[in-house]
Amino acid sequence: MKTNEIPQDESALKNFTKEVCYAKNSDGNYETVLSKGWDVKKDALDAAWDDIEIQKEKAIIAFNKGVKSPLYFHMLNNLMDTSLLAQYSGYWKFTINRHMKPAVFNKLKDNKLKVYADLFKISIQDLKEIKI
Amino acid sequence: MKEFEHIQSAHCENGVTSSLLHHNGIEGVSEPMAFGIGSGLFYIHIPFMKVNGGPSISFRTFPGAIFSRTCKALDIPITHKKFNSEDKAMEYLDRQLDQGKITGCQVGVYNLPYFPKEYRFHFNAHNIIIYGKQGNEYLVSDPTMEETTLISEEDLRIVRFAKGVLAPKGHLYSPELVKTTNLDFPKAIKAGIKRNCRDMLKIPGKPAGVSGIGYTANRVSKWRDQLGVRKASLYLGQIIRMQEEIGTGGGGFRYIYAAFLEEAYKYIMNDQLLEISNDFTKAGDMWRNSAMTMAQTLKGRATEQSDFDHIAEGMRIIEQQELMALNKLKSIKFD
Repeated sequence: MKTNEIPQDESALKNFTKEVCYAKNSDGNYETVLSKGWDVKKDALDAAWDDIEIQKEKAIIAFNKGVKSPLYFHMLNNLMDTSLLAQYSGYWKFTINRHMKPAVFNKLKDNKLKVYADLFKISIQDLKEIKI
Repeated sequence: MKEFEHIQSAHCENGVTSSLLHHNGIEGVSEPMAFGIGSGLFYIHIPFMKVNGGPSISFRTFPGAIFSRTCKALDIPITHKKFNSEDKAMEYLDRQLDQGKITGCQVGVYNLPYFPKEYRFHFNAHNIIIYGKQGNEYLVSDPTMEETTLISEEDLRIVRFAKGVLAPKGHLYSPELVKTTNLDFPKAIKAGIKRNCRDMLKIPGKPAGVSGIGYTANRVSKWRDQLGVRKASLYLGQIIRMQEEIGTGGGGFRYIYAAFLEEAYKYIMNDQLLEISNDFTKAGDMWRNSAMTMAQTLKGRATEQSDFDHIAEGMRIIEQQELMALNKLKSIKFD
């Protein structure tokens, strides 16, 4: 790639930084050039976030139907899966999977809920709900 | 105490390595040199492991390897430390800073407050430099950012003890201050090249090294049937991100490696280095073209099985290109 071919497409980096790219200058030697972004990468990043949104919408439907507790939504909202949540919370994966069931979740004491609430940086009350 | 100078780089670990050495009076270790001497070029598709729900692919060597290998190759002693206690990890950092020692620090990016939100996934192998403290805030030089920044004690504690794959455990590292008069760059370069050829060509198992590219190609051909168009396309999106996202210098680190070979020529006047540098530039261009093709599929414009086969075929051609370049590199007779 040549330095004058480095894409300068608007991206999520805007107002934060530009990234260093390596390309060949007109003398055929490598040089670093700052880039604002590249549409191809923006498409890939956007697709990843769209997918997260779809998973979250499914979690809301599952909550409304009484299939899943709100914990499932909050986990996805924090880009976690059960194994990562287990490492952060200190609960076993098995326990977390039980807490995903509305009947079990609704009976949890505040001290147990607080672990999740602190982790997600929300109140216990907000943990019991899904606010969008 | 010497004033710290922020240097921006493409990749965080290269940048931290280059900056820490520069600060300690060791000149000549640019980002490409750190990457090349540290044998940073790699490819691996880790089977059965998912990252953010997609395939686990890396275009570079293992985290931490570039710093330690580069220092070792140049006979620079290093200290590094991981911690079980958060308090001890923070106290140790403060002591280092009190002594005027700036230090490399591994962090998770999910809670890194100065990062754009769109880039904040649970990724734990990010590297930054802490070069001072003002009140309750630490001075941060993040090599991927244009400017230096600040981070609160509370936030730094969280990112140093992020959990999950490659959890940093408060990892700190720095080169020892030494009187370095005779850095043997040619020797370090040769060793870096030799090890990189070995890692890419000889590592056992199809998913690792240059053969891993063919492994991924075979998977790509099957994804559409196995996962459906939507998920298969998202998997391609994940490849694009691992390959091109901020930190790679573009073309899955291949351009940085080409820049290294070009710089190596200044120390070892062998014309083949320049020729092979061009081969890697071409590989980088091919990776970028591959990303553009994948993006078409991701956007729903080319989603037939033949389109996935076309992408896979393109990757097999890249594999051949890199294999050819590496074999040439391996057979250079350095005198």
